[in-house]
Amino acid sequence: MASVSIRNLDLSFGSVNVLKNLDLDIEKGEFLVLLGSSGCGKSTLLNCIAGLLDVSAGQIFISDKNVTWEEPKDRGIGMVFQSYALYPQMSVEGNLAFGLKNAKVPKDEIATRIKRAAEVLHIEPLLQRKPSQLSGGQRQRVAIGRALVRDVDVFLFDEPLSNLDAKLRAELRVELKRLHRQLENTTMIYVTHDQIEALTLADRIAIMKEGSIQQLADPHTIYNKPTNLFVAGFIGSPSINLIDGSIENDKAPVFNCSSGTINLKSYEFAAPVNAGKAVLGVRPEHVATGAAARALSFNTEVVIDVVEPMGSDTLIWTTLGADEFRFRVGGQTNLAPGETVLIGFDPAAASLFDHETELRL
Amino acid sequence: MSDPTLSSAGAAATVGSPGLVSGPAGPRPRRRFSRRNIFLYGTLFVIAVYYLLPLYVMVVTSLKGMPEVRLGNIFSPPVEITFEPWVKAWSEACTGLNCDGLSRGFWNSVRITVPSVILSIAIASINGYALANWRFKGSETFFVILIFGAFIPYQVMLYPIVILLREIGLYGTLWGLVIVHSIFGMPILTLLFRNYFTSLPEELFKAARVDGAGFWGIYFRIMVPMSLPIFVVAMILQITGIWNDFLFGVVYTKPDIYPMTVQLNNIVNSVQGVKEYNVNMAATILTGLVPLVVYFVSGKLFVRGIAAGAVKG
Repeated sequence: MASVSIRNLDLSFGSVNVLKNLDLDIEKGEFLVLLGSSGCGKSTLLNCIAGLLDVSAGQIFISDKNVTWEEPKDRGIGMVFQSYALYPQMSVEGNLAFGLKNAKVPKDEIATRIKRAAEVLHIEPLLQRKPSQLSGGQRQRVAIGRALVRDVDVFLFDEPLSNLDAKLRAELRVELKRLHRQLENTTMIYVTHDQIEALTLADRIAIMKEGSIQQLADPHTIYNKPTNLFVAGFIGSPSINLIDGSIENDKAPVFNCSSGTINLKSYEFAAPVNAGKAVLGVRPEHVATGAAARALSFNTEVVIDVVEPMGSDTLIWTTLGADEFRFRVGGQTNLAPGETVLIGFDPAAASLFDHETELRL
Repeated sequence: MSDPTLSSAGAAATVGSPGLVSGPAGPRPRRRFSRRNIFLYGTLFVIAVYYLLPLYVMVVTSLKGMPEVRLGNIFSPPVEITFEPWVKAWSEACTGLNCDGLSRGFWNSVRITVPSVILSIAIASINGYALANWRFKGSETFFVILIFGAFIPYQVMLYPIVILLREIGLYGTLWGLVIVHSIFGMPILTLLFRNYFTSLPEELFKAARVDGAGFWGIYFRIMVPMSLPIFVVAMILQITGIWNDFLFGVVYTKPDIYPMTVQLNNIVNSVQGVKEYNVNMAATILTGLVPLVVYFVSGKLFVRGIAAGAVKG
């Protein structure tokens, strides 16, 4: 049973089409992340699901009920905003109770629900405070609590961690994941532009660009088998290496580029092999150096340009043929700029894209 | 950098303080009686005196008896302080047939100002809220037309409104004037409120909608409690504006409900008998006292409200 289902959704502001014929099915209890750069329509889609924006065409179902024309309060959703959006003149308790009072929930029921939410989120000592007396992390917890007390099936998060500092963000991220596990059968839809948040939290990620979904898959697939060049470039930090070249398919498929010929025998093609121009994507951490590289089907020597130590590992910048090439080695490396090093990679872990359509081959 | 102490100090910088070398250190010294300061404060002083002098003359004159006024030394302080002119201005001065002073006009003005302020602010704040948060088809056009109203000179609309009020039977009544004031306050107040509500975070409004609050629920329980500064600004604008109004007061009311400003004019400009400058001065100060008090009491809030749009908190 789908918890949230979006069919042929269109949204346009005047002549600008923000969402184009969008279809999306989200399972009950799923944690779905909408990921994309700013302006891709991810927040707009969330606002449509919440009922804060009227759609131009299409339908939205929540828990198998057509809610396309329903008011936000009748959709069975709770929403958490980036700026927390706590009512400044009310205490934390007042903030939590506001929605319930509007829904005319009996007083003792409100009290029990607030107590339960406060326990889950560890905000019991803060209940009598005003939002201005809370830290960023506490405020966001209260905002989550406001969605929690409503006892809804679907949680909508609009970049909830973007206003927090890096350390707090990591902490709250884990807490969110724990909360999702704790609240079984609660669907969460989470909008972010931070790929780490997306990869760590999601059951499935929907990567969006210009109002349409590019790929909808679990984080592992998104990372290892990106469906097109955009997804490959968007996911991964440091980003994927892209090598221009062409595929030739005489006896066995090979990839010709300026730094040599790469045997594609081990590569799993998504489509029948066609000769032609293509782009090979290699993740920086799939590159081996030294003795390990010698054992791989493709290896070559490169000169190190820049060394970027990052603590746990080190990023090395070089050029491979005509293209810039980055690879990752352990943090304890003693490689220095100017040195020559042997690198190699296995095409099985790489991704091939058509030069024209930019789709995965 | 050939100085050996300096280079060694640089090398030791990571370990401890190398100590100060001679030369500028800490805050830059400033001279209190610099040419700049003398010029600046001198100018401010002269301008302040220039503006305060008329007020001084008024206060001084109002405290003199008529024989002293006739001497003509308008700057000299009163030899014999008397509050007689103030009492006379408040409760004895004659306008037309009535000789009960300005007190009648004062209470008329109160009865005009209070409902006008409440009515205009209530309507304008709801207007602004609807225009800022509940955009409807044509809301921008509506707003532009409303703002355009602020640029039409009042004189153009005087007579049409006379006819309008006559037709609905409110001409010459207190409520007619209240309605006129409310209408003319609408453009600027709506603009004020709309801009303020637009500056509030939109997500608050969205959160309240998800929480199930409707049009009025969001207005009364979310927006109004957050908008005290702008309500104070609106009140100050309206109280001073309506209190100081002369034109509408004289056009749309009858003598027994003339506002204070109109009555003041009638007292000061009465042509019979002696010109009692001291009474006139006292009457003028009395009339101007209300806006003055409003400014003094709420000055701080006023500034905060004006600045509120710029600073998000």
